[in-house]
Amino acid sequence: MVKKSSMAAAGKEPGRAPGTQAAIAAASCCAKRGTRHTSSPGNQLSRTSAQSRGVPSPTPPRARRTDVTPGSPMAAGGGHGRGSWGSHGETAAYGAEGRGLEAPLANGRARLNNSRRGAVTAEGTVCGIECCPRRGGPQRAMLRRALRLGLGRGLLGRGLGTWRGDSTLDWDGKVSDIKKKIQSVLPGGAWNPLYDTSHLPPEHSDVVIVGGGVLGLSVAYWLKRLEKRRGAIQVLVVERDYTYSQASTGLSVGGIRQQFSLPENIQLSLFSVDFLRNINEYLAVVDDPPLDLQFNPSGYLLLASEKGAAIMENNVKVQRQEGAKVCLMSPEQLRNKFPWINTEGVALASYGLEDEGWFDPWCLLQGLRRKVQSMGVLFCHGEVTRFISSSNRMETASGEEVTLKRIHEVHVKMDRSLEYQPVECAIVINAAGAWSGQIAELAGIGKGPPGTLQGTKLPVEPRKRYVYLWHCPQGPGLETPFVIDSSGAYFRREGLGNNYLGSCSPTELSPQEEEPDPGNLEVDHGFFQDKVWPHLAQRVPAFETLKVRSAWAGYYDYNTFDQNGVVGPHPLVVNMYFATGFSGHGLQQAPAVGRAVAEMVLEGSFQTIDLNPFLFSRFYLGEKVQEHNII
Amino acid sequence: MAAPKASLHLVAPIWKGGPRGIRGLSRTVAPEGNQRKGRTVLQFLADRFYDVQALREYLLRKQVSKVHQKNRSFTYVKEQYGPYIAAAYFVLKQGGAVKFQGQEWMRPNGRGRFSLEFFKFQAVPVEAVDASGCAINYQGLDNLLALKELQSLSLQRCPHVDDWCLSRLYQLAGSLQELSLAGCPQVSERGLACLHHLQNLRRLDISDLPAVSNPGLTQILVEEMLPNCNVLGADWAQGLKLGPEEQSQDTARSIPA
Repeated sequence: MVKKSSMAAAGKEPGRAPGTQAAIAAASCCAKRGTRHTSSPGNQLSRTSAQSRGVPSPTPPRARRTDVTPGSPMAAGGGHGRGSWGSHGETAAYGAEGRGLEAPLANGRARLNNSRRGAVTAEGTVCGIECCPRRGGPQRAMLRRALRLGLGRGLLGRGLGTWRGDSTLDWDGKVSDIKKKIQSVLPGGAWNPLYDTSHLPPEHSDVVIVGGGVLGLSVAYWLKRLEKRRGAIQVLVVERDYTYSQASTGLSVGGIRQQFSLPENIQLSLFSVDFLRNINEYLAVVDDPPLDLQFNPSGYLLLASEKGAAIMENNVKVQRQEGAKVCLMSPEQLRNKFPWINTEGVALASYGLEDEGWFDPWCLLQGLRRKVQSMGVLFCHGEVTRFISSSNRMETASGEEVTLKRIHEVHVKMDRSLEYQPVECAIVINAAGAWSGQIAELAGIGKGPPGTLQGTKLPVEPRKRYVYLWHCPQGPGLETPFVIDSSGAYFRREGLGNNYLGSCSPTELSPQEEEPDPGNLEVDHGFFQDKVWPHLAQRVPAFETLKVRSAWAGYYDYNTFDQNGVVGPHPLVVNMYFATGFSGHGLQQAPAVGRAVAEMVLEGSFQTIDLNPFLFSRFYLGEKVQEHNII
Repeated sequence: MAAPKASLHLVAPIWKGGPRGIRGLSRTVAPEGNQRKGRTVLQFLADRFYDVQALREYLLRKQVSKVHQKNRSFTYVKEQYGPYIAAAYFVLKQGGAVKFQGQEWMRPNGRGRFSLEFFKFQAVPVEAVDASGCAINYQGLDNLLALKELQSLSLQRCPHVDDWCLSRLYQLAGSLQELSLAGCPQVSERGLACLHHLQNLRRLDISDLPAVSNPGLTQILVEEMLPNCNVLGADWAQGLKLGPEEQSQDTARSIPA
């Protein structure tokens, strides 16, 4: 069986490196000749005793019909054994094809022995392995010659010029190639002797997470943390830009607050802040320094005009019920506490006293990445280009027909190359941030008549937002919280040197044409002049004199339906789970959302925080879960 | 057989099921010199990398849980005797000192033992707490935040007091007049920014904070933030660079040996 497929392999890929084919051919040559324990060459197609110890057939790269899976020790041991024959057989192959065809075997043996470097023994082996002693008379010699002829035909594909085994061949190079091939088939290496696949992702993975930002890594972390047995789940994270140059995580302003109106959002934020507070217990890696998140516990200050005052009071009531430490302030109290605020137009303010502030998102990302790698999650620098799925027509309890889809393979295309690897997977997690809509389209979500569940797209699209950094020498002092004005403008301190970060969130009421073009991350400085500065200067008079130092732009993974996250499985594509669409507050909820998705994957339902209102089906049913905020 | 010794190993263990099994196969290119005795211990550990890693993670978790154990909340004591006794018991157990109103300082002796006679002071508020060098952390601070008449708190050299702990101190704003954070390795200027709630503070000690990036500037900003408070800490000129005249004067002075 070994020889048939190896010959097939040799015949199939004639253009392959000569060493490879020679190795395979030589392996088959040795196999034919038998080992030290059996002297009869036997039938060409029969297994020898050594092979019967479990050497599997060498598989061509795409074939999946192997007796033994690549990762098992049997395959590794067997392949390793095969490889060893290859190394020794290599010498024989050159000798064989060079001389064996012309000269009678007795003479050929002498020439073989002389042509090899060093590995000559008294018994005069043919293949250079002591396992193949040459015994037997002329009948055996004739048989072997016939076999060699057959072998020779198999090597025809390599080209006539390379047959002679001249000294012009790069002998040392070939030997080192062979040694590398042995290394790759040793235990722990990939079972792929034909070419190097170490840069490709594995062929199988239980979970494939599309997107390596803070949400994707958080899901990976919790999957590995909540698995029942160490090493039970294989997770692969596919990220197409390891510099994270356009990822929302690194470009985020980094705030975290509990001042939401939905209890689920408040609970997500509360758990996330608990995670950040104990980050060195959650993400501890032995021998690595502890993480310094640079958390500023200065709180958030939300200002409301007359219109929004009632909503704000309601919100604060809900927040207090959930356990957030928020207090309401009147304009006089505001003036007492923060004398630099102009309270004209402010009816009410809510101030977070504890567990709110801002931190360094890059540190969180790197901490997660490091911990997740130490837990055994695999990373792949590539892009998901295709999903291979299968469909099943099924009937619901009420008799309606539904088509359920299941993703079987994810095609991961390597960076700057056309090479791709199909990764067989059981579960796909869509944590691609601003590009989640495209990934959902690849999986066929939204391809159907509009108005049906099949036709409901994932309404997440990238929206560009700017952030400006300015210096104001007389600006608010060290106690400044993250201030969000009723007009939508926000700012916070950055560092000790009176620098401030801020911008303006376009409200939902602003027309669509005002949205910046999400095609690139270019900054529009006019936006600051027109939309941000007037509101800032009106609220904080000290900001009338400021100097913009720099600016950047980043994407929101904007959920056009209700600006809140999408979490959980898709009703029709049964093994795609979403963790995206958080429209600007993904970073502050990432640890809790990661845990929720991991619970959904491992247990089948949300265990700690009930995120059922955030499932995908709400887009079809039209149930909006919207924040009643003043921005 | 003149074939290299390493390649022999490739073949033999498969057939004999070698002494180290499959794992032994990866050590095919071990040079001859590594047969020394000392090397085998390291090799033994390196072979069992994941087991060693798991052991080290367990030891790390044990250390962390020790601190948690020290900072558990004494709910029984609190319910039976009130918040003042619970806080005093907590502080004394950690190794700190506590002063009730109208009483002397109480602290444990050299062996960590203290008398329980303060259990009769149920209605007497605690006036001052000296938790220098104690392993008090965010959770443990719960016990202290119930002391509404606390006037002086000293958290000098506490290794687990960080910015998160400082953000909780606003609950003592009504009475706290003296606070000392000298020598805390995890307190930075970001935590000091939360102290603006403590408007009754009259003495604040923020000297020797290694995590503060610019002590002089931080001192100025904290003084601006708390106008009625006397802030002890770094000398404001500490972070400033010398001007050109002063620099040359210094070098002139240092050249003559």
